[in-house]
Order: sequence, then C-alpha cells, then structure tokens
Amino acid sequence: MTQTEKKVFARTEVLTSQQTHYCPGCGHGIVHRLVAEALDHFGLREKTVCVAPVGCSVLAYKYLAIDMSEAAHGRAPAVATGVKRARPDLFVFTYQGDGDLAAIGTAEIVHAANRGENISVVFVNNAVYGMTGGQMAPTTMLGQKTTTSPAGRNLQSEGSPIKVAEMLSALDAPSYIARVTVDKPAAVRKAKQAILTAFQRQIDGKGFSLVEVLSPCPTYWRMPAAKAMSAIEDTMVKVFPLGVFKDKEAANGNQTA
Amino acid sequence: MSRIEINPELCKACEVCLAFCPKDCIQQSDTLNRYGVYPMQMKEAAECTGCTLCATMCPDTAITVYRTVVEKAQNQEAST
Repeated sequence: MTQTEKKVFARTEVLTSQQTHYCPGCGHGIVHRLVAEALDHFGLREKTVCVAPVGCSVLAYKYLAIDMSEAAHGRAPAVATGVKRARPDLFVFTYQGDGDLAAIGTAEIVHAANRGENISVVFVNNAVYGMTGGQMAPTTMLGQKTTTSPAGRNLQSEGSPIKVAEMLSALDAPSYIARVTVDKPAAVRKAKQAILTAFQRQIDGKGFSLVEVLSPCPTYWRMPAAKAMSAIEDTMVKVFPLGVFKDKEAANGNQTA
Repeated sequence: MSRIEINPELCKACEVCLAFCPKDCIQQSDTLNRYGVYPMQMKEAAECTGCTLCATMCPDTAITVYRTVVEKAQNQEAST
C-alpha cells in the first residue's frame, strides 16, 4: 500500500501573488477567488475585461491578473456596456460593491439590466460603505448601527434596505439573477456555481446576469471575522433571502448549469 | 497524513480557517510576517484530513492543501 500526496487546493494563477489590502476576514477575498476560478474554468483569462468599481474593491485590478478598466463611481455597467458593444468577442464583467451599485450607480445597473446587455455583474453586498469609513449604505439593514446611523437605521427617516436582486428580477430582460453568500464552505460552493452559471449566460449570448454575494465586513460590523461570518446567516439572510430570483433558461425549460 | 501550507505573507490572521477546521489543526505562529501579523500555521501533530474547508473559507487564498491518498491500483496488486 503506497501513499501519495495530491495537491487538492491551490491558488489559481488568475489571482496575483500580492497580498490584498482588504481587512482580515473580508469577504472580497473569497469572491475574488471564486471569480478567478470561474475565469480559469472557462479559460477566459486572456480575453476578459473586468470593470472595477469605486469602493473597497477599487484596487481589484491589482489582484486579478486580467485586463481591467476602472469606472467612475457606480458607472461600471455603462463602461462594461461600451466595452462589450465595441468588442463583442471579449468576456466583460463588472465587480461592484453595494455602495457603488445600489447607491450612486442605481441608474446604470437598472438600465444595463433592462437593456439586457450581454454582460455579467458580480455584486458584493456587505450592507455598509467600507472604503469611506462604515457609513450607512442603501443596503444597510433596519436597526444596523453605522457611523452615520449610530442609533441604528430607522424606517421613518432612512427607509428600508434596497433589495437589488428582487428589484432587477422584476425586469423582463435579465437572464439570470441570484443571491448567494460566502459564510460557510457549502455556501461558498453554491456561490461558485452561481458565478459559473452567470458567466455561462454571457458566453452563450443570453444577456444580462447578476450574482449578488452577501459578504461579511468584520471591521464595520465591529466583530471578529469568524463571528461576522455567522452574523450573515443570523441577520443578513433574514433580510436578503438567498436563491435564484430569475432564470430565463429554466423558465424556457432548458437545463441550467 | 494530509497537510496544509499557509503562505505567511498572504495570511492576515483573521482566524476564519481556525473556526472552520473540524480537526482543530490550525494555530497562530509566533513569528511575525513582514506586515506585522502573526500568521496562522498548521499544528505539528495535526490530524489533517485534507478536507479543504479552511482553504475554501480563507479570505486571502493563502492555504494550499495536500491530501494523502492511498493508491488503490497498487494496493490491489499487492493483495493478489
């Protein structure tokens, strides 16, 4: 009986060897890895353009070894639309946070989705503005304390959190819209499946796809990283339910990935 | 025994891996990395099974997992 050692988990080459600037325990790192592995899976590394947002992940171009463009705050879907229309042979996706996509970029994402642009969007929702110091975001949950809502978000004065996946799934054009999270190993694998499905839709020319990823922000949720992971299930999933909100291929009776 | 390698220059010691390791194989090292962090490392007498849960959850993709597998074909040869 001989034993051999097999490498069963290693860093993909689509991720650069640089240490990220994200806080310890930040979900962006996991989502970066899933995106990188998905690009690796489809062999798209050399023909991809990613549009980076403004927010914590503004420096994503340092960590993904692919072609990247930076967009003005919230305008990533508009830039991605231009790139995709000019070069339909390229794979184009945006990587956006909730302050970018759900606040200043609401118009761009709604209209890109409504036009059914053949792009993919990875939307990382951590319910606060991380980069600027933990202010209240449109996705901040009721009662959640942030630096600009120190007593917790109030329904009367600040309204309810925006549910982007539900909102966009009401439109006719989008092909695939799902909400996943990265709080547990099983959830991470589901998140990867959702990202693979979304990318496959663009490759097949089916139109707009968006994956919303609920992600922890240990720094501005003011808790240790492991506790922030469990807080997603305890609080966030109750406000932002997980699941596939729109799947045109399933509605057409086609097999989904 | 399977094993993991944690890149000390990528690790930020967020301890997420520690929370998800079912065999309690991970501890904090006592050597600082160049960012001034005591990175995580595998315990010396760890019963690692190579399940990859730590690496799946690592926010910095710092973990490489090596799983020890028994060669079945050679095992059959030896028995026949």
